[in-house]
Parts: sequence; structure tokens; C-alpha cells
Amino acid sequence: MANFRTCPDTGFKIDLQADKLIKWNAVTAVVFLLVGGLFGLLVALTRWPAVHLLDADLFYLALTAHGLDVLLVWIIFFEMALLYFTSAILLNSRLAMPKVGWLGYVLMLVGALITNVAVLQGNSTVMFTSYVPLQAEPHFYLGIILFAVGALLGCAVFFGTLYIAKKERTYEGSIPLVTFGAMTAAIIAVFTIATGAVILIPTMLWSMDIGLIDRVDGLVYRIVWWGMGHSSQQINVAAQIACWYAIAAILFGAKPLSEKVSRTAFLMYILFLQLASAHHLLVDPGLSSEYKIFNTSYALYLAVLGSMIHGLTVPGAIEAAQRKKGFNNGLFEWLAKAPWGNPVFSGMALSVVLFGFLGGITGVIMGTEQLNIIMHNTMYVPGHFHGTVVVGTTLAFMAISYWIVPTLWQKEMVMPGLAKWQPYLFGLGMGAAAIFMMGAGTLGVPRRHWDIAFADSAIGHVFPEAANLMMGLAGVSAVVGSLGALIFILNMVGTILWGKAKVPAPASAEPTPAETPSAATSYGGAGTMAVPGTFVLAMVFLTTFVLYYFVNWKYLAGVWGLS
Amino acid sequence: MSIFPAKGVWWNEPVEKSEVLWVSIAFLWAMIMFFMMPYWHFAGEQNLSNEAYKISPDAFVEKTENFAAKYTVREDAATGIPVVAPPAGSDVYIFGRTFEWWPMLELEQDKSYRFHISSADYMHGFSLLPENINLQIIPDYEMVLTITPTSSGEFSIVCNEFCGIGHHNMVGKIFVK
Amino acid sequence: MSADSSGNIPFMQRLLDSPFVLLALGVLVPTVIYTVWGVVEALSIPMAP
Ligand code: HEM
Ligand SMILES: [Cu+2]
Ligand SMILES: [Cu+2]
Repeated sequence: MANFRTCPDTGFKIDLQADKLIKWNAVTAVVFLLVGGLFGLLVALTRWPAVHLLDADLFYLALTAHGLDVLLVWIIFFEMALLYFTSAILLNSRLAMPKVGWLGYVLMLVGALITNVAVLQGNSTVMFTSYVPLQAEPHFYLGIILFAVGALLGCAVFFGTLYIAKKERTYEGSIPLVTFGAMTAAIIAVFTIATGAVILIPTMLWSMDIGLIDRVDGLVYRIVWWGMGHSSQQINVAAQIACWYAIAAILFGAKPLSEKVSRTAFLMYILFLQLASAHHLLVDPGLSSEYKIFNTSYALYLAVLGSMIHGLTVPGAIEAAQRKKGFNNGLFEWLAKAPWGNPVFSGMALSVVLFGFLGGITGVIMGTEQLNIIMHNTMYVPGHFHGTVVVGTTLAFMAISYWIVPTLWQKEMVMPGLAKWQPYLFGLGMGAAAIFMMGAGTLGVPRRHWDIAFADSAIGHVFPEAANLMMGLAGVSAVVGSLGALIFILNMVGTILWGKAKVPAPASAEPTPAETPSAATSYGGAGTMAVPGTFVLAMVFLTTFVLYYFVNWKYLAGVWGLS
Repeated sequence: MSIFPAKGVWWNEPVEKSEVLWVSIAFLWAMIMFFMMPYWHFAGEQNLSNEAYKISPDAFVEKTENFAAKYTVREDAATGIPVVAPPAGSDVYIFGRTFEWWPMLELEQDKSYRFHISSADYMHGFSLLPENINLQIIPDYEMVLTITPTSSGEFSIVCNEFCGIGHHNMVGKIFVK
Repeated sequence: MSADSSGNIPFMQRLLDSPFVLLALGVLVPTVIYTVWGVVEALSIPMAP
């Protein structure tokens, strides 16, 4: 049956099948980040007006490939690794149905390759949203469907592992908070994938032109497609927050301030997060305002409340842990004395801050029924989601990789010096790119657009000079961010291939990560430890949120009357 | 620790004051944001009517051509697309088609028009600039809303939904006097 | 440790400890409120007069 080894760093019992699956999924993810990131760089260099690198057809092709390879392939492969890690390893259990896990892996890989080939062949330039009646080749949809089925099998392995771990009593009490977060991600994934099947299978049949389906309704397509397209983003949010909690625990021995509050926040996600898919439909024809408002607000913003809770409790847990260690001076000694040179920490900290300020605030604002009118499909949209899925999720995944890769492979990192700088380079570079894209969006610059100078068209629109400036600055920042991504990839691949074997001693040069806690202190909440510093930071966040929210209503009030 | 199982009855553990306070404040803010949307339907000037109809692209193009035949005042020199000046308060028809918005419009400032917008082929993005009003236009659906230009000059409709390789050439015009 | 027998564990804790109940809820709620409601509205848009 299952074979185990014991992790020399953490003492966890590691199922060898889980070990292998985690490694293969994570490595595949990183390879696709490289591919997708290169497409992203090409796209960014084309949208930089002074460079304007690619021709129109190649630009749209690269944009299609970029969306698919990063949003779908990189992120979901990595999430599979996280699901196996948080189930089998954190629960000290064997992995359920490892063969199914491998089947899932192969389906995902084959699917990703098929879709990439379809895109590169040139007849499937439809963007990753593939809105009908634009039509791609049938194998474009087929690849995505296979990929999704593979991911669904991964979720089944995860739930199976939860089931057997409980039955075989490999742990006592409730699953760890981190596993609970991963479970939230897996639940959302099941809805996401099922929804995707409902829309993509008919669309594939339609593209095959065999008389089974001769028309797919555009509005229905958008409703159902976004049930997948947006919910998949919510998988990312849940997975990324699980990573935040995990890193807080690994580096600081931090306990959640309150299991009850944090788990309830995840419950809000499970119930309501997916409703937000409707914020893509706010300016679509014919849907009622009741539908739009209830759904886009995630049911009275209860899921946003969940996010605001995690935003307090993650740094709060770190503050409590640091204060217990004696960093008790003033409001912020705990933060100042945090290991800012350790990429596991700095990546996570930047991810929390940038996700909140750049991705979170703007997402809620764009998802407001009327405010969406002045942002829909402008560059504000990619600006917003590079604030979520790039400097939030991708950065969180990078941060935890700096811990997972050396630990699972038992190797020293090959470029520890560059690793120190990498989260700043990537986070701040892509964060700036996101801000400039949003700036361009407020000036009306369209997304998915090859030439805002309209050089080839009979008539055009003259954008203000500031718009070109914003797009230029977005380009420069994207280059910096891409460099950050490249350093991460080289470091990970290099470490795995050529890293020196770890000497089994506390090798870290950083202020000692928490000594593996003894059983007596390893569970439970942080008690009623006060976290004044975090509270102040949270209020700064809220103030920014409120101000920026109302600024946008003021912008809206200035435009033409609509009724 | 968050990576270890939680034991005992953690549901009944006390929650620290600042956490309770934060949850309360955040909840309040959530409610404010929620009620802003219905509030704007009463108090704001920028709301979509959500009125829409199903219609075949051919039928919509025909309606638009009839509309244009009635009120065309000239042709745009660069594109040959008619410029149509409907009377204030009337119905206005316009559709997107790869890669143009048809027809062009000439409107009066501070007068209201009942716009009917649709597509003759693919999805298009109706992005009215520099106002920055953005609508998703879907073939087979006729979107209806009342628009009141509150400023004058030359306005562009840039397509901001990818609709094919010539997508970036798709621009329309509205002139407001 | 008071609560080894599950009888003492509050309802909410037991709910949060039940992955499959949560899975069912997490699929059902958005399917009904988002997908079904949305598609019904789209399909009930009237024909142009
Ligand atoms: C490596 C650095 C990256 C760069 C330089 C970059 C740059 C860009 C640019 C310039 C756009 C085009 C916006 C437009 O023209 O509409 C874009 C689109 C997009 N990016 Fe990135 N990006 C990067 C990484 C990522 C990552 C890691 C993700 C997701 C995990 C991501 C997700 C997306 C998506 C989903 C789109 C939209 C594609 C579409 O409109 O169809 N990007 N990116
Ligand atoms: Cu178009
Ligand atoms: Cu277009």
C-alpha cells in the first residue's frame, strides 16, 4: 500500500505518491508560467505605444495564449499541487486514489497542449473567453474540456483524501485551517468545472458543425461561461489565502486569531463568492437589476466581508505570534522585525497588501452595478485582475514555492541572493503595471486592442497624451515584472535540477523560522491576544477603500445621463 | 497553528475585541455598499434601463436602415457612412458590424434619445469616448436605453470587445451640437 | 478537554467539519442563484415588437 517518508524539516509523514504528484504538478505549473509569461511580455511590449512589437494577428494570438496559459494552466496546475499538499501531507495521510491523480495530471497536460497547439495554429484566435459566435477550432475547446476533467479528478482525490484521513484517524479534531481553505478552493472548483462543462461541450459540438447544435445563444453563453470564468478566480482567492495562513504558520508559528472567525469567513466564500460572476454581466442587455445587484454583491457583500476578515486575521496572526516572541514595542515593532529578506515572507506580505489595495478594492468597485458602466472592457479590467491574480495569487504561490521546493526536494536554492529581491521585483513591477493599466482604463483605453493610435483605420479616436503615457509606463513596469517572473522560474528550475542537497541542519540564514512547535502549543487560536498594529493597518485600508469608492461615484455622476 | 488540526470546541473560544470590532465595521461598510446600488436607481442619473428584446440581426439591420433613410443629413467623407440626425426625443438605431458602427449620429445637447443598440454579427463593445460609457453588445439582442448627452463636441464609439482581427479599426462617431 | 463526544460540539462546528455538506451547498447555492436565475431571465427576454 502507501509508502511514506518523513520530512526532515517538518516531521510530516509524506506519502510518496503525493510527494511525486505535488512535484510534477508544481513543475508543470512553473513551465507554463514561463510560456504564458513570455506571451504576456510580448503582449505588453505591443501595447506599449512606442514599441508596438507584434503585428495585429500575432498580438491577438499571443493574447489568447497568454490568458489561457497563465490563468488556466499555471494557476490550476499549481492549485493541484496545493490540494495534494494540504490534504495528504498536512493530514499525515495516504493520498486517496493516486492513480486517479495521475490520470488527472495526464489529462490536464494533454488538454493544455492541445489547446496551445490550436491557438498557435492560428485559427482559434478568440481570446480565452471564446465568446460565441466567434468560433475556434473544435480541438481548442476539447483541450480545455480535457484539462477541466483532469482538474476535477484532482478535486476528487482531494475529497477522497479528506474522507480516508478522517476514517483512518490520521488526525484528531478538525482539519487544519489551511486545509479548510484549500477545501474551499476545491468546492468552488467543482462548481467551476461543472459549469464549464455545461457551456464548453455544446460550444465544441457547435464548432464541429455536425448538425447537433447549430447555434449557441450569446447572452446565455456569457452567463454560463462566467460562472466558470469568474469562479475560477475565486478558486485562486481561496487557495492564495490558504497559502497566506500556511506561511504565517510556517515562518512565525502563528495561530489563527480565532478558528471560528476565519472558518466562517471561508464559509462565506463557499456560499457566496461564486455569485460575483455576475459582475461581468452588469452592462449586458436584458438582465434585471435585482439579479445584477444581488449577485454582483455576493449576496449583500457577505463574501467581501469574508475577505476583509482574512485581511485582518492573516497579519493579525503574525502580529500575535511576534508579540508573544517579545516584539512588543509600539504598534509596529512586530512588523519591522519581520524577515523582509526572506522571500517566503516578503512575497506573502506583498501579496496581502497588493491584493487588498490593488485587486480587492478595484474589484469591488468595478463590480458595483452602475460603476461598471465607466470601466467595463477598458484597460481598467486587466489592471484590476493583474492586481488580483498576478500580484495576489501568483505572488503568494511564488512565496510558498520558496518554502515548498527546498523542503520537498531537500535542496538548497541555487540563487538565494536574487531570491531576496525577486518578490519585490515581480510584485512592485506588476503592481505598477496594474496601476498604470487602470489609469489608462479611466481614460477609456480599451482592453484587447492592438492599436489605440488607429493608424490603419479610416477614422479614429484621439486619446489624451496621458493615455499613451500610461500605456508606456505599464509597458516599462511589465518588463520589470517579467524579469521578476523569469528570475523566479530560473531559480526554481535550477534548484530542482542542480541544487545542492540540503544538509540536515537549520540551514536558513534568516532569523530562525519558528522551531517546530510542540504538540501542546501547536493548535488552537491565539487566544485573546490584542493586535493593535494590524487594526490600525486595517483602518488605513478601509479609509482608502471608502475614499476611492466614492471618488468613482463622483466620476460616474459626471457622465451623460442614462436611463 | 493553521497547518495543524484544530482540537476541542474551537467554536466556543472567545474572539478578541479588535477582531469583533473589525468584523462589525466591515459589515457596516458592506451594507453601505450594497444599498448604494438601489439608492442610485432613485437618486442617480446614470442607470441602465435593462430593457431588451430578442431580434435577428437581419431584422435589426433593416430597422436601422429605415431609420437612417428617414433622417440622413450627409455622408461621412472618410468612410461613406451616413450621418443621421434624428429629432430630439426620438428612437435611435445603431449597430456594430465588423468593423464599423453604423450609422453615425448627430444629436442635440441636453435632449434625450431612446437608443436601440445591437450587433449584425459578433459581440462588440460600445465604448463611448471620451465619456467612457461602456456597453456589451450581443447579436440577437436589442438593447434599449435612454441617453442624454450633457456635453457637446465629437464623440467616438470605440469597439472594446474583441470581434476579429480588424477589431482595432472599429470606430463610430456621434456629434453633439 | 470537554468535547470528545460529538454531542457537545456546536452545530456550526459540525457543519464546518463536514466537507461533503459544504460541497453540496457550495455547488447548489450558486447554481440556483446565479446560473438558473440568470438563464431564466435571459430566456424570458421578449421578442422585439
Ligand atoms: C509575466 C508577466 C505578465 C505580463 C507582462 C502581463 C501583461 C499583460 C498584458 C499587457 C495584458 C493585455 C491587456 C490587453 O491588451 O487587454 C494581459 C492580459 C491578461 N493577463 Fe497578463 N501579464 C503577466 C502575467 C500574468 C499572469 C501571471 C496572469 C494570471 C495568472 C495573467 C493573466 C492575464 C489575463 C487573464 C489577461 C487577459 C487576456 C484577455 O483579455 O483575453 N497575466 N497581461
Ligand atoms: Cu467590434
Ligand atoms: Cu471589436
